Parts: sequence; structure tokens; C-alpha cells
Amino acid sequence: MSVSKPLPHDAARLHVTGSARYVDDIPSPAGTLHLAFGQSPIAKGRITAMNLDAVKAAPGVVAVMTADDLPFTNDVSPSIHDEPLLSDGTVNYVGQPVFLVIANSHLAARKAATLGQVDYVEETPILTVDEAMAADSRFEEGPRIYEKGDAETAIDAAPRQIDATFEIGGQEHFYLEGQAAMAVPNEGGDMLVHSSTQHPTEIQHKVAEALGVPMHGVRVETRRMGGGFGGKESQGNALAVSCAVAARLTGRACKMRYDRDDDMVITGKRHEFRITYRVGFDDDGRVQGVSFKHYTRCGWAQDLSLPVADRAMLHSDNAYLLPNARIESHRLKTNTQSATAYRGFGGPQGMVGIERVMDHIAHDLGLDAVEVRKRNYYAAKADASGQKDNSTPYGMQVEDFELHGMTERLMETSDYAARKAAIEKWNAENPIVKKGIAFAPVKFGISFTLTHLNQAGALVHVYQDGSVHLNHGGTEMGQGLFQKVAQVAASRFGIPLDLVKITATDTAKVPNTSATAASSGSDLNGMAVKAACDTVRDRMADFLAERHQAEVSDVAFSDGHVEVGEARYTFQEAAAMAYQGRISLSATGFYKTPKIEWDRIKGRGRPFFYFAYGASITEVAIDTLTGENRILRTDILHDAGASLNPALDIGQVEGGYVQGAGWLTTEELVWDNQGRLRTHAPSTYKIPACSDRPDVFNVALWDEQNREDTIYRSKAVGEPPFMLGISAWLALSNAVSACGNAYPAIDAPATAEEVWAGVRRVRDGI
Amino acid sequence: MTKIHVTTTVNGDETEFLCDPRETLLDVLRDRLNLTGAKEGCGTGDCGACSVTMEGRLVCSCLVLGAEAEGKDIATVEGIADGDTLHPLQRKFIEHAALQCGICTPGILVAAKSLLEKNPDPSETEVRYWLAGNLCRCTGYDKIIRAVMDAATEMREAS
Repeated sequence: MSVSKPLPHDAARLHVTGSARYVDDIPSPAGTLHLAFGQSPIAKGRITAMNLDAVKAAPGVVAVMTADDLPFTNDVSPSIHDEPLLSDGTVNYVGQPVFLVIANSHLAARKAATLGQVDYVEETPILTVDEAMAADSRFEEGPRIYEKGDAETAIDAAPRQIDATFEIGGQEHFYLEGQAAMAVPNEGGDMLVHSSTQHPTEIQHKVAEALGVPMHGVRVETRRMGGGFGGKESQGNALAVSCAVAARLTGRACKMRYDRDDDMVITGKRHEFRITYRVGFDDDGRVQGVSFKHYTRCGWAQDLSLPVADRAMLHSDNAYLLPNARIESHRLKTNTQSATAYRGFGGPQGMVGIERVMDHIAHDLGLDAVEVRKRNYYAAKADASGQKDNSTPYGMQVEDFELHGMTERLMETSDYAARKAAIEKWNAENPIVKKGIAFAPVKFGISFTLTHLNQAGALVHVYQDGSVHLNHGGTEMGQGLFQKVAQVAASRFGIPLDLVKITATDTAKVPNTSATAASSGSDLNGMAVKAACDTVRDRMADFLAERHQAEVSDVAFSDGHVEVGEARYTFQEAAAMAYQGRISLSATGFYKTPKIEWDRIKGRGRPFFYFAYGASITEVAIDTLTGENRILRTDILHDAGASLNPALDIGQVEGGYVQGAGWLTTEELVWDNQGRLRTHAPSTYKIPACSDRPDVFNVALWDEQNREDTIYRSKAVGEPPFMLGISAWLALSNAVSACGNAYPAIDAPATAEEVWAGVRRVRDGI
Repeated sequence: MTKIHVTTTVNGDETEFLCDPRETLLDVLRDRLNLTGAKEGCGTGDCGACSVTMEGRLVCSCLVLGAEAEGKDIATVEGIADGDTLHPLQRKFIEHAALQCGICTPGILVAAKSLLEKNPDPSETEVRYWLAGNLCRCTGYDKIIRAVMDAATEMREAS
């Protein structure tokens, strides 16, 4: 059976030969036009006059569009229709698209886009958390609050209290392939759109609205993305819609791709958070009550900020049973890019909050930080009698807690105790270079919190030569989803993988799909494909059983063959026979996640089908004179259930960790006081490079299967490993704490500058 | 603007093209020669996705003008395999799952091949720092380094 095999990515051979086609590589029809946005240079204001004569006169320009030229809906929002494609007369952030240039080359369009003469009446922008709170500038009527027990009373009654505030920076996705789309006008006003998107159905929906046609007039195809990470869940809408309206206007194919600087300036990023916490605990480090306040900078439009902020609240417990908890979340509207989905979808920020609390408690008591965490863990499973509480702050019972065993295993394999002692010795002997080590667990909830999104469809054809054509609603962004799902299909038919062709995601094949997001890709689409394959397989089995006067249960599909009693056919022969027997060899499949129900206003229910777990230990060294630092060693144990493909899953774990560590260490977004993003290219925004990889990097998968009935008992693995990177941030804090007695109180990202400042705080009290 | 006529060699084949004097080698490769293996990741020479070699020297093709290719020998990812036979680096990248979305892979392969031609027996540290100019957002780099080290071993043993 092909599931559980460590097979390479389905397109690996295409990747290494440079022949894998991304949107910008698709051969474009003759006469294809290229698009670029003219952007707002100010963060907030009104347009009083627009003179685009110079733009129109620029070499190569074919047409220029403003909001007035849009034929139908001027909106690219994935949520509440508050995001015009082109400015409606107001501008709300630096970089907002104001007009659209259509030209005969990418460069001509970009050059012309700088020539617009637009007059604005500037208004005072709201840029920071403080400014937004002072102006009560927010989404939703007030803060959301989720509560369990009485946190304030419990905190006050506890033997010890801590009260603190810290900042968590945002993060640029930095998918190596920038946003891109191409629209090709078809006959009768239909539109074919190629889009680098995680959400083809959303693109179809927004393009149909913009063209004033039903969704059946728009077909969206996505073969692959050059990375997504959440940044292509809604942020591709503007490009696809632009291409479609320009194609409608000109009757020619239109292509748009953002230059890297434009991409970083225009598109949304991970939400920045300020978190304040008040915690009450006993002398053993056990939390009695904790109260969080999340101040989330959402940017100018709502986009996906509400569910992102919800998920941050839902991960404010991480791995810990909090007897009393209160989480208050403010979703602040600011004149910056509209913050959007990014791997973890708010979960990482919530988790950093409670991990910071655990670290602070351990420091306060002088206890080992791993021990403090273990004392606060959930129980391994919910108490059947219901006597003992094992519930999250939102009322869901934790029934599948793997972290006791995982922590124990990782402590052993990483040699944690001995290394911690060696680091203490090193730090006592070395005044300049200090080392630190830290552990961080992950418990991540799997399912879309918007319950209706937890559905998926698939389409499977078996051709008369026995080859299989597979399609489903999930998109491939490098995570290996297509291969994992193809492995499922091959296993259901008992055939080798090379008989299965994986095809581009296509809204004309599988409709009404959810975004490939929330780590749900293989869980949902794997199950939908399984259902479709089983339908076809059962038809073939019925047919062969009847022909051989055998029981259906005697028909077996394995090793590329179908056996019926004494008879044995190749799968190809069986398919040909079924075809000649007039059996339908095509089927759809559908899946919806069971058990989930959720009320996001009350903050009660079971938003998640199950949890995925992970544990990591990072060791770092810092130079106390400069703050420079590096990761010396990382050990990870991650829970992918019964992995569908260990090679791909370990790839997700390694990549997730490094991306998470990047978020919390080197990746700093800086806006100036006029709201301009000053870190808008890799020259100024530092993602981890090859030289930053940990010197020693040990990654293993946990060997338990999913306790819930998922596809072959596997677990989702896209987002959870991202949060393993929290141990890198905590390790830097641990190294800084070796410089004195005070708590380092490191903000995120812990850049070299922040580490250096931390050393001065701890050592010199400044 | 008058176009420039350029005669060059790409992956061993003599090639001619006309290009705008301001056009980059990357745009020439992608838009005029249909060699879309090299990618534009940043356009400023920081990400390495457009890596090619010119006269054996590793360059970011987004920082080279098409006109500069005159009389030069250019090698891109499309020329690494020998027909259907993959280069050891390509095989090892597949074997080690050293790629995910794959868009940085062409640049990394060109860079790694260039390293191994200069230094067939690099240390892990040398590989890490040689490839530090090739950004990858997916993999975390571990499998990439293992694949390059393993390919280097195989190529040494074969030679």
C-alpha cells in the first residue's frame, strides 16, 4: 500500500529540471497584456483630483482603469465587502491600489504606474495599538471575551502574581513566488483564470462578482504555488480580479504579478500583537488563574482578522490546564496593510502568550522551565467520570493529550538534563558568550473554526486502460498534498502510484471548495478522495462479483490486481472489462468533519476535531557585546499521527520550525511614523538563510496514530510545527537571563538588537 | 529604443536574440528564450532564485543585462540534466526530499553545481555559507544541505 511510504514530492522531477510551471511560467497567448497598480503614497486621506494623462501617454500603455471604470462590484474582500479593488475615493494605507495600468509589458506597466498625479487631502493615520485604542478604532463592537471560571478572583487569591506586557511582531510570508494571476477571455464572456491561490473558489467568486456573471462563467485553475503560507488565501483576489476586468475590457489575455517590493507593500502579513498578562500561581508553579489581553493590529480592512484573533484566543492555553482563565481580544483597525492569514492563523501569537507566562513563572520561582510546564499540562485523557476537569478555556474536553509521553521521550533523546547542566557551567565560566536552552510544547487545534468550511469534494475517473485521473479541492503549495492524496487513491485501488495522475485544482471539476488552509488539506481532501475511489471500486467489485457468481466481499484489490475467487486480473484488465460491461468509472466524493460545533460569540463548544502535538528543544549562543546569536542545536519530536508520508511530513516539521524561529528572531517589520513599510525587500527583511539553519537538527515523528478517525489515522501537519520555533525565542531569553537576576522580558522578534537590549536590562538594569 | 542583437551560448547551444538594452538576462531567458527555470524572487540579487552561470561564474541573472551575454557561455537549470538522465544533484534533491514548493530549487541547483565544480569536497559549513544567498522559505534547508553533501560524495566516488 502506498500510504505511509516516504515518497518524494509528486512534482520533484519537474522541480529539479526547472520544468515545473508556476503561473508566470505558463505560456501566455499572443498579445498578452501586463498589469500594475498605481499605489497610494499616504496612509490615510481623500483623493481630490486624479490626472492620469502621463500614465496613459507612457510607452506601451494600452489603458488605465480607476474605480469609475469597473463594470460591476469594486471589492476584493474575502469577508465583509470592505476592500475595494481600486480606491473608492479614500485611501487607507500606504500602497493601497488607486488605479490599474494595462500595458504591453510588465516593465512598461510598472514604470507607467509611477506617473500618476493624484492629489490627496491627508488625514491623521492610526498606525499603532495605542493610537487605535485611543481612537476606539476596531472591528466588531468591542472586545471578544472567552472565560472559564473566575480568573481575577483566582489570581488575587493565589500565593504569587505576575503582571506584564510584551510585543509580538508580524511576519511577511515571503513566498518565493510572488502573487500572480493570468486571465484568458473565452467565448461568450466566460473567463479562465490561472491564479497562484490557496482558494480557487474564492477567486472564482470574486471574479464573477467583478464581471457581473454567475460563478459558472468563471473557471479558475491552480496547478501549484511557489509557497503560500496563508498569504495566498485572500491576497491573490486583487490580481485575479484585475486581470479579469482588464481582459474583459481589452479582449486580450492579461497577466499580473507583483514585483517583490510591491508584494510586500501591498499585501497583508501576520498580525502583530501586544499581549498583557496577569497570572496567579502557587509556589510549585501551578497556575491558579490567568488573564490575557490581546491587542491585535488588523490593518485597514477586516479580511480574515476575526477568525485569526479568535484562534489566538483558542490557543492561549496551549498545553496547559488553566483552572481559571480570561482572554480579552481587541481587533484594532489601523492604517496599515490588512493583516491576513499566516501559517497558524493567530494560534502562534496566542501560544507565545502562555509560553511567555510559563517562562516568567519558572524564572520567578527559580524552577526548571520544563518542570513548570509539566506540572501545568492537561491530563493524558479526559476523566471518564467527569469529576476531574480537563477542559480548555472554551469548554472543549482534551481527550487526546500526547505531550506527557512526547516530553519524556524528547528529554531523553535530546539529553536535556546533561546539556542544561553543561550550559550552566559554560555560562559560569564565560563572561561574553552566553548559552541558553529552552523547551516548548505545541498543542494545535485542527479544523476551521468557521464550521461550515470543514467540507471537501473530489472527482475520480478510472479510464478504460486502468489509469486514474484524480482531482480534489485542495491546492498544492509545496506541502506535498497532491502526493499524499494520490497515495490514498493508489491505496484504495491497490495500484501503483504511477497509475494515478494528479491534476490541477479546477473549479470546473470540484466546486464550492474551502481554502487549502487550517492544515486541513490532507484530512479533508484525503477523505473526499477516499470516498470517490471507494464508490468506483465498489462498482467494479459488484460487476466482477456478478460476472463470477461470487460474493462482493471476495473481490480484492491489491498489488495492481483484482482478484475474484480463483480469477486474477490486472487492474487495467478489470477496468477494461468494467467499461465494456457499461459500468460508470467516474465518481465524486464528499467529506465533512464530524463532531465539531462552535459558537464564536459565546466562546463555547468543540471547534476542533482533534489536536496535533509537538515538542522542541533549542540551544542557542549569544554574544553579549553585540546581541548576535545563533542556534546551535534543535531537537524536535512531532505528532503527525500515523503519517501518510513521513518524508513530506518531516519536511513540514523542519520548514515550519525554521519559519517559526525566523518570525521570532530575525524577521522584523518596521513601519515609519507615516505608515510606510521600511522593510519591503529581502535586503531589509531577514528570513532565515541556509547559514542560519541549526548546526545540529534532529527531527523525529511521534509514533502514535490519531485517536480520531481521520484518513488512515494521520494528523494534519501544515501549521502545527511552525510553533515549535517558540523554543528558539525562549532559548534566547534563557541565554540573556544568564547575564543577571532580572527577568529578560524579551519582545518578539528577538533580533540581535533586542537581545543586546535584554542583556543591558538584565545585567545593568537599563 | 533600438534593440540589441546578441549572440551567445546557452546550455551549450549557440543562441541569438534581440533585446532592449535595459532588459535583464533573466527576462531574456524567460520571455525570449522560453527558459523559465530561472525565477524572479526579488529582482534585487538577494534571493538567488534567478541563479545562472556566466562563463562558469555564479550570477544572479536579474542583475545581469541581456546585452552582457554577448559572446558568453550561459548555463541554466535546464542544462543540468543530460537529456533524460538526471545529474547526481538532481537525483539527490529528489531522494532527500530537499524541495517543497520547488521555486527556489533551480537556483539552488545551479549554485550547488557551481560550488561542486570549484570544490568537489566541501565541508558542511562551506555548503551552508555558499548557499546562504539562495533563499528557501519552505524546507528549513536541512535536507538541501544533506542532498548536496550526498551528491558531492557520489560524484567524488564516480570520478
